[in-house]
Amino acid sequence: MAEQHLPERQSPLEPEYHPGSHGNFEHGVDVILSETRPGSILQLAAWPGEEKRLIEIIRNVTGLALPDGAGGGVSSGARAAFGFAPGKFTVVDEAEGFAQAFAGAITPAIGTLTDLSHGRTAIRIAGPKAEWVMAKFFAIDFALPAFPLGAGRSTNHHDIFAQIQRSGADQFDIYVFRSFARSFWKALCHASEEVGYEVQ
Amino acid sequence: MLITCPYCGPRDVIEFTYQGDGNRERPQPASQNLDAWNAYVYDRLNPAGDHNEIWQHSGGCRSHLRVVRNTVTHEILSTSFARGGHKTESRS
Repeated sequence: MAEQHLPERQSPLEPEYHPGSHGNFEHGVDVILSETRPGSILQLAAWPGEEKRLIEIIRNVTGLALPDGAGGGVSSGARAAFGFAPGKFTVVDEAEGFAQAFAGAITPAIGTLTDLSHGRTAIRIAGPKAEWVMAKFFAIDFALPAFPLGAGRSTNHHDIFAQIQRSGADQFDIYVFRSFARSFWKALCHASEEVGYEVQ
Repeated sequence: MLITCPYCGPRDVIEFTYQGDGNRERPQPASQNLDAWNAYVYDRLNPAGDHNEIWQHSGGCRSHLRVVRNTVTHEILSTSFARGGHKTESRS
């Protein structure tokens, strides 16, 4: 089979992406912002009644122990999966073309797969003040007991829809529409100024 | 005002979109019963008290929900997925 040649993807954040320390960092950097640029961002949806079969497929294809239940998820670094709505899941992989791995597994009777790799931008916020900065954006509980490791949440910030996964005790991955990503990124940088932030 | 989404948990009302009265019964599309269509389009109970409503968690999981809301106090008495029929148990 001929090797797939995918177009080189450019970051929508680029004009506003300035690596280095910014804001009030004289007393230390309390959050680190970065764009993770995963190769694949997939949305999987099950028809009513097919949710458990879809979860099983995601487990088999990704090798991740995706838990059943609202907002359940798992993050392994290179690969992540989480539920963001009833019967709907986001699956993320470092490598491009991960949608191919699901080919044949998700039959039309089970559900659908939509490749959103070019439609979403993944932003990571990490550090001791990550919860603090996130709480300024989204009206949800970011404390670890309420938002456990690997879990996903759907919410929005001023009509910019966001899917959030906790990928570490003090780390969150935010998936936003690519077309709004630069605006969201600028807002995130402004919100991080008071605690001192570093862009990596 | 907080609405407890059955999937997402308690969220601010700003994340939700009101989708109308949950007591309406839509006639079959082929129906020519003008009284039934008239009732579907215009007749509302408009109670001062518990009211069956349809909401969508449009700023979250995007599920359509059955909500019972008190129109006087804005207390949310119950929420559930609208899937499987939007008509809520009549409480008013």
